[in-house]
Amino acid sequence: MAVRAQFENSNEVGVFSRLTNKYCLVAIGGSENFYSVFEGELGDVIPVIHTSIAGTRIIGRLTVGNSKGLLVPSSTTDQELQHLRNSLPDSIKIQRIEERLSALGNVIACNDYVALVHPDVDRETQEIIKDVLDVEVFTQTIAGNVLVGSYCALSNQGALVHPRTAIQDQDELSSLLQVPLVAGTINRGSDVIGAGLVVNDWCAFAGLDSTATELSVVESIFKLHEAQPTAIVKEMRDSLVDTYI
Amino acid sequence: MEYSPVVVEQKILCCQCGTAITPNPSNMCINCIRNEVDISEGIPKQATLHFCRNCERYLQPPTIWINALLESRELLGLCLKKLKGLNKVRLIDAGFIWTEPHSRRIKVKLTIQKEVFASTILQQVFEVEYIVSYQQCNDCARVMAQNTWQALVQVRQKVNHKRTFLYLEQLILKHNAHKDTINIKEVKDGIDFFYAQKSHALKMVEFLTNITPSRSKTSEQLISTDIHSNTSNYKFTFSVEIVPICKDDLVCLPLKVARSLGNISPLVICYRIGNSIHVMDPNTLAVSEVQTALFWRMPFTSLATSKDLVEYYVLDVEPLGPVRDKFVLADIQVARSTDFGKNNVTSFARSHLGGILNPGDTVLGYDLSSSNFNDKVYDALNRDQLPDVILVKKSYPNRRKKKKSRNWKLKSLNKEEDEMKQKKNDAEKIEQDYEMFLRDLEEDPEFRQSVNLYKMPNSKENNEMDVDGKEISQGDKT
Repeated sequence: MAVRAQFENSNEVGVFSRLTNKYCLVAIGGSENFYSVFEGELGDVIPVIHTSIAGTRIIGRLTVGNSKGLLVPSSTTDQELQHLRNSLPDSIKIQRIEERLSALGNVIACNDYVALVHPDVDRETQEIIKDVLDVEVFTQTIAGNVLVGSYCALSNQGALVHPRTAIQDQDELSSLLQVPLVAGTINRGSDVIGAGLVVNDWCAFAGLDSTATELSVVESIFKLHEAQPTAIVKEMRDSLVDTYI
Repeated sequence: MEYSPVVVEQKILCCQCGTAITPNPSNMCINCIRNEVDISEGIPKQATLHFCRNCERYLQPPTIWINALLESRELLGLCLKKLKGLNKVRLIDAGFIWTEPHSRRIKVKLTIQKEVFASTILQQVFEVEYIVSYQQCNDCARVMAQNTWQALVQVRQKVNHKRTFLYLEQLILKHNAHKDTINIKEVKDGIDFFYAQKSHALKMVEFLTNITPSRSKTSEQLISTDIHSNTSNYKFTFSVEIVPICKDDLVCLPLKVARSLGNISPLVICYRIGNSIHVMDPNTLAVSEVQTALFWRMPFTSLATSKDLVEYYVLDVEPLGPVRDKFVLADIQVARSTDFGKNNVTSFARSHLGGILNPGDTVLGYDLSSSNFNDKVYDALNRDQLPDVILVKKSYPNRRKKKKSRNWKLKSLNKEEDEMKQKKNDAEKIEQDYEMFLRDLEEDPEFRQSVNLYKMPNSKENNEMDVDGKEISQGDKT
């Protein structure tokens, strides 16, 4: 299910939130509207956590994580780190990284198995990513952009990348990630996919400006239909009908 | 085998309609961009042009009216200036679409470019329709309201002939002083010059006071006033009065004036009019100049004018010695041409014309012995000391008879005559004045040099006239 949301009149929901299969981080806004959207969709399945990172609200750009771990930049305060430890499920490893490129969300894109990282990220950081998130790490660019986290959105089901990604690059990325991949846009033609969209295996949140076409692309590539009860009916219909007849 | 890479262009879905397109900066298909943004927004699709039917000009705001043909560059420029939002886009092309000339509609096709979103340049072609509406321009409105002029210069000289104005006309033509006049009207005793602007009239007054001995008076009449904008509309009238004394007039100066002019004899002839009045005593060759200011302080009139001149026959010339410029003092024995051969009455005149008169010539002069002047100053003079005759200028009666047509002509101003139509004898008088003026020009080279003469086309007597011209100059020299 893809949902439209807006953070204080900004369509860049990916800047103010971090979504994985096990938890969701949401920035502390002036009102609770943004939080309510996430809470409404995810509240009874995974924890939705209010937090700030280094006192800022741009938590989606500063952190990176998957269902196994969460990486936060070195500027994260102890108090914030403690709050995250208390709020997250025990199975999630949290690690603070000393990395020059501190906007981890911009330089790293990952799902539960693979991480794409900025070519300039330190080798030690890559090791930490590999250990904490339990993923294979690949140094990559997307459509010539080094900020891989900004220009793509990944889940275990699929990936949406920058609209100018060449066919060959798409093939290469697809074979690295082992998921279907498509080039597309979000927020009515915006190419910063990572900022306009957060996605996990059954749910996606896009900016309020996103068109129906964009959402349908998102839903189909991330296989969000199948996560719905209607999908179950569709999938199982034939066998059910068979059984009853 | 050579490897040839297969380039498959990546396609994305248009974010609006979902058709597959190659990615562009806005990631939208052309049609969607067109639907989304209208770059001609803010540019009016209809505008009004104001057109004056009378003078067939278009209004270029705020106040200029320009001549422009249909489908001309000027009109296109005017049309484009009418469109307000055009400075926000880039104009690529503009042209007229043909419309029926009587339809009062002008259609212009515009091609514009504008940047939409980030680095997406959109080009669009559209039409603007102009409605030509009629509006009377200010100039025409004035003509219609018979309120054409704003300033008037009235030139007047209170004499009973027109020669001064004939000469003035030539001077104005030569200096092109009538350039800005919108109308010239001939009235009794003078000419009126009409101007659309006060400054033009002032220029004319300046010109007149420079070339003639005259005084001017200004008056203004309030036509309308707007108390809100504090503006008012005036008509200005400049009255220029030229001194009523002409060349060759006999003048009896008031005693005070005569004393102030170096104690010159009161009975003088005016030999030249420039910026001031030049007078000469023919008895002594004493000359003096009456400044305009002095004249208006103590005005006087001429005793006799050139109309009163009588023709004399020269019997004897006896130079006395004193010479001033071209004037030679001489005692001259003359007899009236009308009396010559009938009686033996002769008179002696002391004259300045000794240089150009020979026995047998004819000369024009004032006959004081048989004239009766109504002038207080003249009456006060001692009668015994007055000469019988005062000679003024040489005349050429033979030449006049010989030639009928002139091989030159003068230009004339485009004058409008007064409503009061001249009577028949008036017309004759004017004709006579004009003839006199032309003769003066022929006979006086100094006078002639200040006006422009033009060659008469297809004049047959060119050679003969040349000889004549020579004769005149010789006559003047001797």
